[in-house]
Amino acid sequence: MSNAAGARPSLRERLNIRQRIRDRDTAVYGVLIIVALLFPLVTIYATGGTALVSHATRAGYWVLLAIGLNVVVGFAGLLDLGYAAFFAIGAYTYALLASPQLASSPAHHAIHINFWILIFGSLLMAALFGAVLGFPTLRLRGDYLAIVTLGFGEIVPQLFYNFDQWTGGINAVGLIDQPLLPAWIQGPWSGDGDFKVVSPFNFNTDPVAYYVLVCFLIAIAVLLVTNLYRSRLGRAWMAIREDEVAAAAMGINTVTTKLLAFGIGASFSGFAGAYYAADVALVSPDNFLFIVSITVLVMVVLGGMGNITGVIVGALVMYYLVFYLIPGLPENATSLASSIGLGSLNQSSGDWPGLGEETQRLNFIIYGAILVGMMLLRPQGLLPSRVREQELKHAAVQEEEAAVEQLHAT
Amino acid sequence: MALLELDGVDALYGRIQALRKVSITVDKGEVVALIGSNGAGKTTTLRTISGLMHPASGTIKFDGREITTTRPSKIVELGICQSPEGRRLFPRMTVVDNLVMGAYTRNDKPAIASDMDRVFTLFPRLKERRTQIAGTLSGGEQQMLAMGRALMARPKLMMLDEPSLGLAPILIETIFSIVREINSQGTTVLLVEQNANKALEVANRAYVLETGVIVQEGSGRELLASEAVQKAYLGM
Repeated sequence: MSNAAGARPSLRERLNIRQRIRDRDTAVYGVLIIVALLFPLVTIYATGGTALVSHATRAGYWVLLAIGLNVVVGFAGLLDLGYAAFFAIGAYTYALLASPQLASSPAHHAIHINFWILIFGSLLMAALFGAVLGFPTLRLRGDYLAIVTLGFGEIVPQLFYNFDQWTGGINAVGLIDQPLLPAWIQGPWSGDGDFKVVSPFNFNTDPVAYYVLVCFLIAIAVLLVTNLYRSRLGRAWMAIREDEVAAAAMGINTVTTKLLAFGIGASFSGFAGAYYAADVALVSPDNFLFIVSITVLVMVVLGGMGNITGVIVGALVMYYLVFYLIPGLPENATSLASSIGLGSLNQSSGDWPGLGEETQRLNFIIYGAILVGMMLLRPQGLLPSRVREQELKHAAVQEEEAAVEQLHAT
Repeated sequence: MALLELDGVDALYGRIQALRKVSITVDKGEVVALIGSNGAGKTTTLRTISGLMHPASGTIKFDGREITTTRPSKIVELGICQSPEGRRLFPRMTVVDNLVMGAYTRNDKPAIASDMDRVFTLFPRLKERRTQIAGTLSGGEQQMLAMGRALMARPKLMMLDEPSLGLAPILIETIFSIVREINSQGTTVLLVEQNANKALEVANRAYVLETGVIVQEGSGRELLASEAVQKAYLGM
């Protein structure tokens, strides 16, 4: 075995990629920050409107959700298929306590709590329910846990439907209060050409304000999660993910550690929920169906489970795919066909519904094919965590080394 | 003085009785071996001690304190650490991170660092491989890491479950000499082994477990010489 050591320095260099990955994270954050800063300026200048900024704003709460779910799934390894439930709880907490809704409820009193306070209230509420869900699932693992969380994800929107005297049920909660700030600077990006200081400022007068807010929320979330990841608790989560029995044997209290994963993971979706309720100003149970949980999960897995930058990039890519590229396909296909002289394809005739309609029908197949293709090409995710990367890198080296060791053993 | 004392411990898996009135004592500074064939209840004994399962009846005392129903995290804090069967490393964490996990219940950073140095002195191979992820180590290295990780808790009692399992003979030799060295540095060891020969050589005392019952006990040497043990476990 000692002879094999000769080959090792270069081997170790190849394997010591911790540093390289950290550099990669720094680079990704740098790019993300620059893009985030330039995005509103460039798109408003180029398109003359704020539609794209609003799109980016909506992408922002998906990023928040993905960061939160990553704590549960990526760090602690607990497969959660009902994550949208916490998003719903966060959103409804804000919607009910900052709208006229409760005036028509048995309480007969509308409540209007300030956004800046209530966003933390929503966070706490979601965290609380995260822990509540955590309790019955503590003894479950893997598939069983996934099914219980799935059930929770189905129950919560139903509750919001059926407690309609409080929540308005299918009629949704509307007229939700907008965040206020004592002062704000408006400029060309707000629709009129002049720079002026507005005081007090209501968020609904400027879509860019929501964009700035979500960027701040994401920055806070990233700071928190990065520190958690490196903390004692973060290591305990990883240990539980790797081997729960061994983790218990190391003295980790697996009960509280798992509850904390659920609670903290859920708290980010509470954050996102309150923000979403304010931005959209209309919250209905339909916004929190199973597809939301799955989309967030896909963002996490596709981005690179366990890696924060990966998850952010995954959320942005998936948002673009699901809410921009795919819905826009029929229109783009139609105009492409016309421009290359195949306009006749756009007309429906006989069984052919026309290219636009056909593409519309194929939307989910295209979406599915893209997902399958991405997972085949990059099973480790777009930006995998350090460990994943090392595992894959190591597979080849490992074989080589096993051969060497076998040689020396004989 | 008895560091660990099991008194009439019964353990059940559902309706199957895995341990029947098992009584074991381990004195401070000893190496005690628990030998027996597959399914005799060796691992179950360790699991009841470390709190991963609780005995149906009987008591377990550690360091003068009853720990029969104490939860595992607390038991680690009290000073029992286990290198579990099959090693059970954290395969996707690095060697260093695995060792750090071993010291999870401790808060004294400088002491943890010096303990890590101690582990690296005992197992120079681990030092070479400190940034590698544990799942990619060889079998022998993984066993070393499992023992190193258990040491990081600075246990009063270290329990080793089948440390020789699946290792080449030369590595088994190394592992057992390290067990002796760890013991000479002041850690009491409770060793579970199928490799009775090796275990009895190292152990001061030993118990023979057969289908959940202690059938024989004595010093390592006595049992090595015992005809029954030779027949059943040493293949002589």
